[in-house]
Amino acid sequence: QLRAFSLQRAFLFSINPEMATQEVQPNETLTNLKAESDTLKTKLEDERAKLHDVELHQVAEKVDGLGQFIMKTRRTLKGHGNKVLCMDWCKDKRRIVSSSQDGKVIVWDAFTTNKEHAVTMPCTWVMACAYAPSGCAVACGGLDNKCSVYPLSLDKNENLAAKKKSVAMHTNYLSACSFTNSDMQILTSSGDGTCALWDVESGQLLQSFHGHAADVLCLDLAPSETGNTFVSGGCDKKANVWDMRSGQCIQSFETHESDINSVRYYPSGDAFASGSDDATCRLYDLRADREVAIYSKESIIFGASSVDFSLSGRLLFGGYNDYTINVWDVLKGTRVSILFGHENRVSTLRLSPDGTAFCSGSWDHTLRLTHWASGS
Amino acid sequence: MQDPDMGVKMRNQRLLITVIPHAMTGNDVIEWLIQKYNITEEEARHLGGLLVQYGYIYPLRDPRSLLLRSDDSPYRFQTPYFWTSSRWPASELDYAIYLAKKNIRKQGELVDYEKENYSILHKRINHTWDFVVMQAREQLRASKQRRKADRIVLECQEQAYWLINKPCPGAFDVLDLGPERCNVLSSRVALIEHSRRALGRNRVKSSICLESFMKYSEQYLHHDPIMSGCLPSNPWISDDTSHWTINTDMVGTPTRLRVERWSFSFMELLNDSMGRREFMIYLEKEFSAENLCFWVACEDLRHGESSKIILKVEEVYKNFLAPGAARWVNIDSKTMERTLEGIKRPHRFIMDDAQMHIYFLMKKDSYPRYLKSELYKNMLAKAIVPQETKKSVFPFMRRQRHSSPSPAMVTQATEDDGKAKGAGPTGTSSTTNSQI
Repeated sequence: QLRAFSLQRAFLFSINPEMATQEVQPNETLTNLKAESDTLKTKLEDERAKLHDVELHQVAEKVDGLGQFIMKTRRTLKGHGNKVLCMDWCKDKRRIVSSSQDGKVIVWDAFTTNKEHAVTMPCTWVMACAYAPSGCAVACGGLDNKCSVYPLSLDKNENLAAKKKSVAMHTNYLSACSFTNSDMQILTSSGDGTCALWDVESGQLLQSFHGHAADVLCLDLAPSETGNTFVSGGCDKKANVWDMRSGQCIQSFETHESDINSVRYYPSGDAFASGSDDATCRLYDLRADREVAIYSKESIIFGASSVDFSLSGRLLFGGYNDYTINVWDVLKGTRVSILFGHENRVSTLRLSPDGTAFCSGSWDHTLRLTHWASGS
Repeated sequence: MQDPDMGVKMRNQRLLITVIPHAMTGNDVIEWLIQKYNITEEEARHLGGLLVQYGYIYPLRDPRSLLLRSDDSPYRFQTPYFWTSSRWPASELDYAIYLAKKNIRKQGELVDYEKENYSILHKRINHTWDFVVMQAREQLRASKQRRKADRIVLECQEQAYWLINKPCPGAFDVLDLGPERCNVLSSRVALIEHSRRALGRNRVKSSICLESFMKYSEQYLHHDPIMSGCLPSNPWISDDTSHWTINTDMVGTPTRLRVERWSFSFMELLNDSMGRREFMIYLEKEFSAENLCFWVACEDLRHGESSKIILKVEEVYKNFLAPGAARWVNIDSKTMERTLEGIKRPHRFIMDDAQMHIYFLMKKDSYPRYLKSELYKNMLAKAIVPQETKKSVFPFMRRQRHSSPSPAMVTQATEDDGKAKGAGPTGTSSTTNSQI
């Protein structure tokens, strides 16, 4: 939304408990440390710039432009009585789970638009939900600071809430959650500035990830061969890439001018896109270790809340706080289409597992399934 | 937008009999946006509409309705004092004075929710009510002395401000921003550490990295349903689920696109359960199936329950690593040594090195040979290319959208193997909606 960027956020300096064992020289004043960290930052930027010999849109000049695209909403899912905040797809390519401000979590067969399961959480603002890879459970959480797992009962009469399992515990709101490769582990991000990996069965904390200086708002797991990293974005304008095994932040990118609301890997795993309150989406290449594209337009002045790629990575879909969905040509950097359909902010957007459609959820209480077809 | 030379054209607008200076029409605003940002009329109307909704432009005619009309309706820019971005909390006192003024000026001018708010405030800040009424009277008196045009403008400005800050219940509330986002403390020392480490990392030239994006999108172009459509048809458009049924895990004959995709990367082959199955068959022929079995067992260890780790590590050791094991895997001695040492204190990542070694072995050796093998070539040859479904003769007749069994049920059915097989479908037919 239109934020007063002049609002100053005060960053307080403090030693976080993990640093207690590190040596802090007695004469290292605040100014010295700040100077050193700023110098290193500049050095890093210079190093990164050295190898940046060409821009993405230049390389993309030889690629054909995209033709006319027609976007059409194929399904509208009505049933949430309040703002839809999050959604996720089931691996079966047709079912989805969605969560809303009033605590409702609904599982739909989006193809028939039937609701299959519903549960009411004891908290409001359920900002995160995820479908288990097996399709047998869903995870969700929000202002309750927890992430809970609900096995999807086959018995229509059974109360889903009774089987609820509390897995994650944070000290502030849960902003995002995702199962890893199996139903047994969940990755979470929170307003308490951390991400964490949990064992579902025991609720045990397997690894925690510290490094963000403010609320962490989003995360995405890497589709890489070794399957061990994920990226997170936060209110500190940083996107961090983490090693799940060691808990280390292995790469960090800070080029956005405001909160990062959404991060999503490019299908090959070599890059990721981000959407931010600064009204831009950006592409970061992990091997080049830098931002390689900005997707923005002067007429877009509202923040991007949610982003996802088409299957081939050629298109980037962005849901925005001005109720629109903008579609970008990832390679050429231009906007290819704009979809008006929602009557309030788009809060969540995800491509279906086989890339046949994308689903967007909005503060207008609905979810919409849209297909985009090449004009030819 | 307010720039006197390059901004929206402003001139005197007529409101009934009064002439309001420095105003513009709805059309002017839309035209300016179209010209300046090179966007369509639809987008300009949408953007302009948001500017009104958020209180940066307000209507002079019909001031209760915060809409941008694409005609000659007059509008003005809101004074910065009232801008939404200033985020000054609207004070109760100011609101009370505003409502009091309205009430005094004209009986019955307050609408229902305003009347309610008024009486609530009357109770809450009753002790200052004399002041409220006095202020209201004073402001009304001062405004009577202004020119009519100025009076109208000030009334509209204030009206717009309060419509946004105290919206009608149920109406769109632009100030609703979601839960508060706050800050957490950070450590400079950690930042320095991190920057030092980052300086040491290897980077790849942009020209090389970016070239790979071209290649990837080209390679996957025909596999991207949004870019290239899908056969026989996109289920979301045609309501026909054939595309899904011909691509299930257990299908007899896979589609050509699917088999082609196995050749894009080793990961694509392994991620498809049918591809993995085929690869296993090939490895069995080559007497190296233990490699894939080992990899699968390591994946299961890495992503499984914490409680089963010790058991699984033992199993892996017994089946794959112990001397004389039934499916002994050939890892280099250094990795083997390290792994065997690590098994003494088992954790979920203990097999990582060995697993990676075997993964790359398969990727560099068995995988390329598989792609050249008769097994793969035959698969590709007999793979089906579905016919594109012709658009139905009566496009307005919607097909029946059939439900499918829930994945939750499918799993349970395989668990209760001999038992209640007749569990029946959980999905309701498309004609009945489950009541929530």
